Amino acid sequence: MLGTLSVNQRAAILSVVMLVVGLLIWEAAIPAQKAAEELTEYERLTGGGAPKAGVPPPSQVIAKAWEQLSNPFYDAGPNDKGIGIQIGYSIYRVLTGYFLAALVAIPLGFLIGMSQVAYKAFNPFIQVLRPISPLAWMPLALFIIQDSEASAIFVIFICSIWPMLINTAFGVSGVRKDWVNVARTHELGSLRTAFTVILPAAAPTIITGMRISIGIAWLVIVAAEMLVGGTGIGYYVWNEWNNLDLTSVIFSILMIGVVGMLLDSAFGYLQRSVAYVE
Amino acid sequence: MTRPYLSIEQLTQRFPDGQGGEMTVFEDASFGIEKGEFVCILGHSGCGKSTIMNILAGLAEPTSGVVKMDGFEVSGPSLDRGVVFQNYSLLPWLSTLKNVTFGVKARYPSWSRAKVEEHARAYLAKVGLEGDVVHRKPSQLSGGMRQRVSIARAFANQPKLLLLDEPFGALDALTRGTIQDELIKVWGDTEQTVFMITHDIDEAILLADRILLMTNGPFARVAESVEITIPRPRNRTQIVEHPNYYAIRNHLVQFLGHRSKELAGQQSGGAAQSPEPVRIDKTKPDADPEPEGARLRAVNE
Repeated sequence: MLGTLSVNQRAAILSVVMLVVGLLIWEAAIPAQKAAEELTEYERLTGGGAPKAGVPPPSQVIAKAWEQLSNPFYDAGPNDKGIGIQIGYSIYRVLTGYFLAALVAIPLGFLIGMSQVAYKAFNPFIQVLRPISPLAWMPLALFIIQDSEASAIFVIFICSIWPMLINTAFGVSGVRKDWVNVARTHELGSLRTAFTVILPAAAPTIITGMRISIGIAWLVIVAAEMLVGGTGIGYYVWNEWNNLDLTSVIFSILMIGVVGMLLDSAFGYLQRSVAYVE
Repeated sequence: MTRPYLSIEQLTQRFPDGQGGEMTVFEDASFGIEKGEFVCILGHSGCGKSTIMNILAGLAEPTSGVVKMDGFEVSGPSLDRGVVFQNYSLLPWLSTLKNVTFGVKARYPSWSRAKVEEHARAYLAKVGLEGDVVHRKPSQLSGGMRQRVSIARAFANQPKLLLLDEPFGALDALTRGTIQDELIKVWGDTEQTVFMITHDIDEAILLADRILLMTNGPFARVAESVEITIPRPRNRTQIVEHPNYYAIRNHLVQFLGHRSKELAGQQSGGAAQSPEPVRIDKTKPDADPEPEGARLRAVNE
């Protein structure tokens, strides 16, 4: 029977089976809470009747998810906002920092890719700055900018700039000489050559860099928000940990994964739209 | 003596040889091409054919010497000199049609979009690309079709001089034959001046009005200019029966086989190195040589 199904269908069935088995094992592995009447006198006296903190079973996480997702945008004060609002804040910070980085990295990458001198001049700075963990910038950013919101955006900016810069420079410098010669024999000016020949030729590499950057930015925003606090999905995770609400922690971890996947697939779509076969 | 339409005057190219010295590819090369003429250049690899082509295209600078077209010195690439590259050099992210309109838009910036497209389609049709095929990307085309697009792009720009750098080098013999026929047809319709590099003697005889022969490098030179005394329109199955065909072919084979080596390595000593004109005509053995400039030229209709 399985033989008649396509590869995709078989893979989908296997995925569902793994999910169900995983959830069942998880559910079964959580020890049940003893009912109050089963407790001995001693246990009751030592607080055994109070609910014990533990990893919640998947059923609880699913119930939590249902509760949160059915009303994602409620706002009941600084410490109680819907998951939609928290994710919205995070996405806003990521996209702001990310597009500022793109505005700097792509033109600069063009310059570095087209000019040997610029490449050699910028290279030492890039090599030193690139391996710095973006969070290491946080204290300096907080001191100089004096605003936690803007500091978080700066951290996103600094972490997403490098892959875009390096990939743009690499893509631009690798454009085939023949295509540039086609532009030259058609008397295209340097600006038109950049837009009609070099940009489309380097686009797949540039978009790859942008895709790597958005992934890193989404990784970093969670940590940054744990530090700066206030709003955002990273803050939400940390806040629920402080509340010892592990159900919400697990739920928000899953949400981080889902949003990251959506951001990545958006760039994957963009990547396919500019791809070409030589 | 009147100056030819395209005149190459004392062109010299030297490259560093990598050991601190210099390697002279060719020295004081001088020759001319008349308007509307189809000239092929034959020579062994490394004799500097492609370098001459790149200089004519404006993509490379000679060490010394000038190229004059229509009385003006040329420098840098120009839309007046169209190039068909050996590896087609189509832009892979554009459709066939867009690859041609890309050139037409650059050539005629004032034209409307509709006029540009109509012009591009007309030239694609000349090389047999019509219908849905014009919306395909180059990667979806065969090698022969890609080179057709490249030829259409070059002709559509109606350059004063068309440079073909071994355009059929990467194609199989049958495809090559078809596209050669198409090239003659388009050329016949447009009266274009063409300068073409080739390695194929039969191709050169079929296409050219005149064949320039280069000696081996270093110190290569354009040693002979062989007139092809076979009337047009030419047809690959018929020209082989023309009395001049094998005479010319033998002359070319002998040159490439022996004399290209014997004549190699001669330094110019600063004098212009012009090719020696050669005319082989078995049809009228005792006739006077034709006056200069009178060439055989017929057009396929």
